[in-house]
Amino acid sequence: MGIIEVQNEIVEEFSLFEDWMQRYEYMIELGKSIELIDPSNKVDSNLIKGCQSKLWLHAELKENKLIFKADSEAIITKGIAAVLLRVFSNQTPKNIIEADLEFIDKIGLKEHLSPTRANGLLSMIKQIKYYALAFNKN
Amino acid sequence: MAFDVNKIREDFPILKRKVNGHPLVYLDNAATSQKPRKVIDSIVDYYENYNSNIHRGVHSISQEATDAYEDARKKIQKHFNVQDSKEIILTSGTTHSINLVANGFTELLNKDDEILISELEHHSNIVPWQMMCEKNGAKIKVIPLTNNGDLNYDSFLNLLSKKTKLVFVNHVSNALGTINPIKSIISKAHKFGAAVLIDGAQASSHIKADLQELNVDFYTTSAHKLCGPTGIGMLFGKKEWLNKMPPYQGGGEMISEVTFEKTTYADLPHKFEAGTPNIVGAIGFGMALDYLNNIGFSNIESYELDLLNYATNKLKEIPGFKIYGEAKNKTSVISFNVGDLHSYDIGTILDKFGIAVRTGQHCAQPVMDYFGISGTVRASFSFYNTKEEIDYFCKSLERAIAMLS
Repeated sequence: MGIIEVQNEIVEEFSLFEDWMQRYEYMIELGKSIELIDPSNKVDSNLIKGCQSKLWLHAELKENKLIFKADSEAIITKGIAAVLLRVFSNQTPKNIIEADLEFIDKIGLKEHLSPTRANGLLSMIKQIKYYALAFNKN
Repeated sequence: MAFDVNKIREDFPILKRKVNGHPLVYLDNAATSQKPRKVIDSIVDYYENYNSNIHRGVHSISQEATDAYEDARKKIQKHFNVQDSKEIILTSGTTHSINLVANGFTELLNKDDEILISELEHHSNIVPWQMMCEKNGAKIKVIPLTNNGDLNYDSFLNLLSKKTKLVFVNHVSNALGTINPIKSIISKAHKFGAAVLIDGAQASSHIKADLQELNVDFYTTSAHKLCGPTGIGMLFGKKEWLNKMPPYQGGGEMISEVTFEKTTYADLPHKFEAGTPNIVGAIGFGMALDYLNNIGFSNIESYELDLLNYATNKLKEIPGFKIYGEAKNKTSVISFNVGDLHSYDIGTILDKFGIAVRTGQHCAQPVMDYFGISGTVRASFSFYNTKEEIDYFCKSLERAIAMLS
């Protein structure tokens, strides 16, 4: 599935929720089911800065697709990471670079995108885009 | 004056607002306090009616502004029972005050000297001394904590020696709320000839410190912690110390005579107040002290203690609830975790319920390291909080736990 299709799917899922509690409960569920980063990759060089809880992101390229894995001490952060990974993992660097992020607004998580929020979401997106840029050159 | 919390709440415009659709429940008072109408009005009044630069002007409104600024200094002097208003330096806050003293001590200490700092300190209390020690070679010794969040007093006594030149302790810990036994710390340190600097930032909204009775050498606070504006605070220093210390910053106001060959410095307190000061901040600071003194610190103290006990008992009933810092003497601060939930998650959900708490390390990483945790949730109560708010906080916390577990 392409990035736009995945984003639309997520927007549709979130549109079923009536209030923030349901949205958060769903995110927490997603956080619990995230495919975890290999413990050997939970190293400081994979830490995302600007997050109040530790947040690790690891990337590798397989058949010109970037595979991201993540983990966090905080379950909400992990849930947000799970949503991002669903969108960006297993996509080509080129598609990741070109992807827009409107869906975050549509699923009511825009507040988490503010650079002053201490959750690292914005830094995580930046890091995902950096990886895509780096691997795109190769 | 009888203490009526509902009447007091009327004084704070912000308490009427809603956050995320819920009435604001502000439990982040240890980070900063809310401002009463009187303080806000004093700020507006200054800008609307007598905004002017101070000390140099011959015109009327400059004189009015100068009087208001110096009047604020006198209010601070009176509040802290300081002998001479020249011993009150108006700074931008506690961090500025501590840097000012650390800078002054750079030349007064050498590599054979030691300074004692408690493990309970805020980062802003550690870094300036590390910077000082890099310059003069003095050593930092750390007074350790005990499990309940008290300072280890016996270790403090053991660390004291003829080499100790300065002892630096907070009056109240920002992370745990522990009230330190500063009176005995000061008198013991003085026996060895060491000066004592007390950081009163977390204490000043709860405890009225009598600086002459304490016989402390330096004491500092920030106005924003005690219902005053941000960006203003004070450093009290005994005259004999302040006279020994070189000026911290060069600029206007702090000079007596300037030629290109030599500058002579102004007398205290202006020697340490370079440039145009935070005039409106000082005025707001003075008004905040008036406001608090009008309510009465004994009223504030007993009401907040009642809130603390009520909240502590109620919260302890929650399964998995663990408090960090249960010193016998503490202010209305509860630092906690629940099971293995992350403080960030709890804080995020509480915010959705309109409740403001602080999460993380509280700028006190050594304290967190001591307990082997990455952070806590900190709820801190003020005299304008109510038991109903605490009930709502407990109920919301339980809902957050259910969501996150």
